[in-house]
Amino acid sequence: MNRSANVLIALSGAVALTLLPLVAPAYYVGLMIPFYGYAIALLGFNLLFGYTGLLSFGHAMFLGIGAYGAAIMSSTLGVRPFELTLVAVMTASALIALPVGALCVRYTGIFFGMLTLAFGMLFHSFLFKFYYLTGGDSGMRVARMTILGLDFARYNKIEFLAGPFYYYCLGLLVIAGLVMWRIAHSPFGLHLRAVRDNPRKAEYLGVHVHRCRLAAFVISSALGAAGGAILGFRVGLADPELVYWTQSGQLVFMAVLGGFSNFFGPIIGALTFSLLRDQLQSLTEYWRFMLGAILALIVIGFPEGIAGLAGELARRRTRSAT
Amino acid sequence: MSVLLETRKVCKSFGPIRVLEDVSMAVHEGELVSIVGPNGAGKTTLVNLLTGLLEPSAGEVLFMGETIAGVGPVELADRGLARAFQLIQIFPKLTVKETIAAAVISRQRERWRLFSQLTAGDAVDARVNEVAEIFGLTARLEHIGATLSQGEKKLLDVASAFALDPQVILLDEPTSGVSTAEKHGVMKTLIAAAKRAGVKGILLVEHDMDLVAAYSSRIIALSEGRVLADLPPNRFFADPHLIETVIGKRRGH
Repeated sequence: MNRSANVLIALSGAVALTLLPLVAPAYYVGLMIPFYGYAIALLGFNLLFGYTGLLSFGHAMFLGIGAYGAAIMSSTLGVRPFELTLVAVMTASALIALPVGALCVRYTGIFFGMLTLAFGMLFHSFLFKFYYLTGGDSGMRVARMTILGLDFARYNKIEFLAGPFYYYCLGLLVIAGLVMWRIAHSPFGLHLRAVRDNPRKAEYLGVHVHRCRLAAFVISSALGAAGGAILGFRVGLADPELVYWTQSGQLVFMAVLGGFSNFFGPIIGALTFSLLRDQLQSLTEYWRFMLGAILALIVIGFPEGIAGLAGELARRRTRSAT
Repeated sequence: MSVLLETRKVCKSFGPIRVLEDVSMAVHEGELVSIVGPNGAGKTTLVNLLTGLLEPSAGEVLFMGETIAGVGPVELADRGLARAFQLIQIFPKLTVKETIAAAVISRQRERWRLFSQLTAGDAVDARVNEVAEIFGLTARLEHIGATLSQGEKKLLDVASAFALDPQVILLDEPTSGVSTAEKHGVMKTLIAAAKRAGVKGILLVEHDMDLVAAYSSRIIALSEGRVLADLPPNRFFADPHLIETVIGKRRGH
């Protein structure tokens, strides 16, 4: 896909998301907040998965660091600006990811996956068992914070989420998208893809394989925390469920659903998943079964996900037009 | 003629098994040195020592006068020693341009630039085009590695190693998988490319004695972990006993 096509996709997506609150019911607009949280987390997750070739099964840990960090900042420390919380949780997440990643990136494939899963579960147990620190299964309250220095006091929570916070999150997604686009298309990003394709050859071309993997891990952890902070802020609670391994699986699901070999794939995956889950939940109690069946179909029928399928259709149209 | 790459009395053991015993060898500026020997002679171990993958049990491995024992491939690439593998090694999903650029980025120390556009680096682009032109890959720049022909993949593999601007390049059976009719063509391309790229010395690991005879300045024969001979081709091939030991049994002539 060429550059102008990518710019067009990004622009039309941003415009559609900007107009959405004007046309969609508030319920659906509110539903979009988790989408933004997951989409930002997935932009990071896919730097690790799609670009570096490392599939983490413990990434929900960083969502948890974001959500619990937001709870500590807002409730325990009484910090009001959400921006400060974002900076704090992203920094904390990166600092935690550094030693965890240094251990994990020594392995690849299933071993990397299992090790990240283990760290995720360790963190989950910590949150669950250290009741006095973390609130155990009750979690920790995330208090309402200000955005851009404004507290929007006359809005109730639902209006706030569907209005100012919606646009705020859209802004965050755009910024995260631009930053990740630059990283993915930088010399560093090329080295990540070289590591993914053939680490042995990459080393002989002067690519620092371990350091590249670690850097991708740390960057992805920071975005995970940003996403987690949004998720926690929306619910008003940091909950250990957010760190459970099924949440990590959900991130993988979204990346595969959208197509991890495309830059926009994970965003498309997060959007589809958020809407699909909501629809399926309202239709049937067997929604998990349906989601599983859809994932199986995608993997078998369209291994490159929705983005890959869309790209293929676009190519066919261009071919038949010429 | 200065020494580029050398081993001094190198021994290497894996547990109780001694694979290399007192191996001293050198590649001087302007030389193409071939390493030959039957299977199990220790060629691979020697290559792994020379490329910093292994540390010797005893002795020294020096590149440009400095020790490279166990420094690893990345450091070695930075210092100016490149390696092309016997089996084709490419990046299946990267384009030819990206593959060469990965090496150029390392060479130009751009690897930790997270926010600059890849295509914005004129110096990177210029060097990528130059290397692609030397190896006749200009028309293929935008093609994905996996879609290239076998011969083009081999060229790309070697081209990316050359893109590091190495002082010395180690070629491990560069014509394996290439037809007999083409092998001299490929070797000539490689040697010409090396000269154009400013490579000062080439180390060739090769089974094919036609190539060894035609292009070597010196031949080092290994047998059972020891240096059996270190001679120019005319003297090497004048000794039937030596040829018999090194290749006779394997090639049957």
